[in-house]
Amino acid sequence: MQGFVSAGGLCARQGSKTQQTPASVELNGVERPAGFGLKKKGDKKLKKVVSIVLVFVLAFSMAALSGCGGSDDQVTLNVYNWGMNIAEGEDGYINVVELFEEKYPYIDVNYTTYEDNESLYTRLKNGGQSYDVIIPSDYMIARMIDEDMLLPLNFDNIPNYELVDDSFKNQAYDPNNEYSVPYTWGTVGIIYNTKYVDPEDVGNWDLLWNEKYAGKIVMFSNPRDSFAIAEAMLGYSLNTEDPDELRAAADLLIEQKPLVQEYAMDNIYDLMDNEEAWIGVYYAGDCMLMIDENPDLAFYLPEDQTFNVFIDAMCIPANAEHKEEAELFINFLCEPEISGGNMDYIGYGTPVSAAKEYMDPEMANSPIAYPDEETLARGEAFGALSTEATQLMEELWLEVRS
Amino acid sequence: MKSKALASPYILWMVIFTIVPLAVVAYYAFTNSAGEFTLENLANAATYWPTFLRSVGYAIAACVICLIMGYPVAYVIAQTGASAQRILYLLVMLPMCMSFLLRTLAWVALLRDTGLINTFLGFFGVGPLPLIRNAGSVIMGMVYNYLPYMIMPLYTVIVKLDPRLIEAAQDLGCDSVQTFRRVILPLSLPGIVSGITMVFVPAVSTFYISQKLGSTSDVLIGDIVERQFKSAQNPYLGAAMSLLLMVIVFISIGLMNKFTGDEEVTTI
Repeated sequence: MQGFVSAGGLCARQGSKTQQTPASVELNGVERPAGFGLKKKGDKKLKKVVSIVLVFVLAFSMAALSGCGGSDDQVTLNVYNWGMNIAEGEDGYINVVELFEEKYPYIDVNYTTYEDNESLYTRLKNGGQSYDVIIPSDYMIARMIDEDMLLPLNFDNIPNYELVDDSFKNQAYDPNNEYSVPYTWGTVGIIYNTKYVDPEDVGNWDLLWNEKYAGKIVMFSNPRDSFAIAEAMLGYSLNTEDPDELRAAADLLIEQKPLVQEYAMDNIYDLMDNEEAWIGVYYAGDCMLMIDENPDLAFYLPEDQTFNVFIDAMCIPANAEHKEEAELFINFLCEPEISGGNMDYIGYGTPVSAAKEYMDPEMANSPIAYPDEETLARGEAFGALSTEATQLMEELWLEVRS
Repeated sequence: MKSKALASPYILWMVIFTIVPLAVVAYYAFTNSAGEFTLENLANAATYWPTFLRSVGYAIAACVICLIMGYPVAYVIAQTGASAQRILYLLVMLPMCMSFLLRTLAWVALLRDTGLINTFLGFFGVGPLPLIRNAGSVIMGMVYNYLPYMIMPLYTVIVKLDPRLIEAAQDLGCDSVQTFRRVILPLSLPGIVSGITMVFVPAVSTFYISQKLGSTSDVLIGDIVERQFKSAQNPYLGAAMSLLLMVIVFISIGLMNKFTGDEEVTTI
């Protein structure tokens, strides 16, 4: 049971128990009757202090009551997703979480976001907070399965899984389709500002190493995506575990460092939109959102170099508290109408082809979200790296960044 | 005995929130992921000495600038009338009412190439000037954020100076420079020492300012520690770095206290 005060904003599940006893105060987990220590009747000062404390307790309990709506069996579902990775009802797009809560009124979704796969992994490893639904990428799913961090899904609760295209099943990260349901897929490419970048320089990853644009280049702040670009430049596999190749990739990143304005994740939105930076590398879906904001921006995939094709899939972590509701949520996101409306906003590819029917045709036919077969053939998916390779990459990345 | 009993809540607080976490940091610093004792983390952390050096250098620069800027301010505030004093003191404190993350972001909006200052200069065909992403902007961010920590202890000490001592110095023939150098400055030394401590310690371990205002090579030790805990999943190295940083801070404070001799040093 969480502390009474801290539960104020979060609507403690089965909150009725605490609500019935508003006269008790929990301090350091020890429950004591309110007004403890008030023995001397004449002590006005102490009374004053106690009454101030009581006012605060009352205020907090009111906040807790009004927040929870007084219902008894509310379930709070903790969904942990990437930033900018769900339609939230802005600009006429659907609000996925709200629609879900309307369909299942007894579930409250507590939606929070993380910056990258590595942060998600660390957060889960450190414990403390339990999540019910997470949406990591392919290589991270493989790592999590390896370390027993995910629960096998009960597909009886996810009938919509049948709608997921076969090409997204039996992937290397989850070969038997036990732990994950694909949410989106996409590519990593270059976004640049056509006002400042010479069209002749455009074409491959080399643009990110072009000294003409020193200080105007934004790079990934997570090691896996950054190394993949250097590896593609050098013609290596994006899944190389060879220490020499990783070393060479790190050297290339160190060489690039003086040209880099910022190592960023979602902050790239701001930098590209304001034209503070001219060249960036990011996920295709997000790039489409940026192009919406600033029409001078354009996106391309490298002409004859490898790039990463990723799948983000929904999983349930091992310490989830509401597995069944989590499966309902996963199922809901696979509904063609929801998936379609959702992808309209986030701009990633949907693994549910039936959803395209519900999508804005411009988006459903976008070459950025759905590159042609020939282009996609140059893509390479991330697989899980061995612990040693992951560690080496982290060490080298630290060297690049410090 | 009675005073000890009164201190017990604080002692309990200290043990739970200072001593225990310190012990945890020390534990991590000396173990590896298998839980065995090792000195490897410390050795590894020590290889980042250029970053340590940079952090200390920037923090010292920020301290010196804070002192040069803060001392006159504290002195002027201390000399004004009681009501003006309160308002001025409040003005110094005012920026601290806002989150320091937000204040730093505000500087980004001002300084960057497409920021307010450069846009304004652009109207006159000037620039864009390289105002951001260099050592200067990081140090400026530190000065801006930590200046109140310098002014507050200085003010507290200067306002309590006995004016009769200054009068006595003047009576005995000191000119104003001599009065300042031989009377006011030595007497405000405790304030200077605690001001420097209060600026140096947060500045040397800061991380956000350098990420937002610095270039990709202005990485400070706080940034690396943050990454170790947040995404690199290597708390052992992070803890070792924190421990080294702590040692550096203690040595600096010790050195400073030594130089100030047996003056009574008050920390506020």
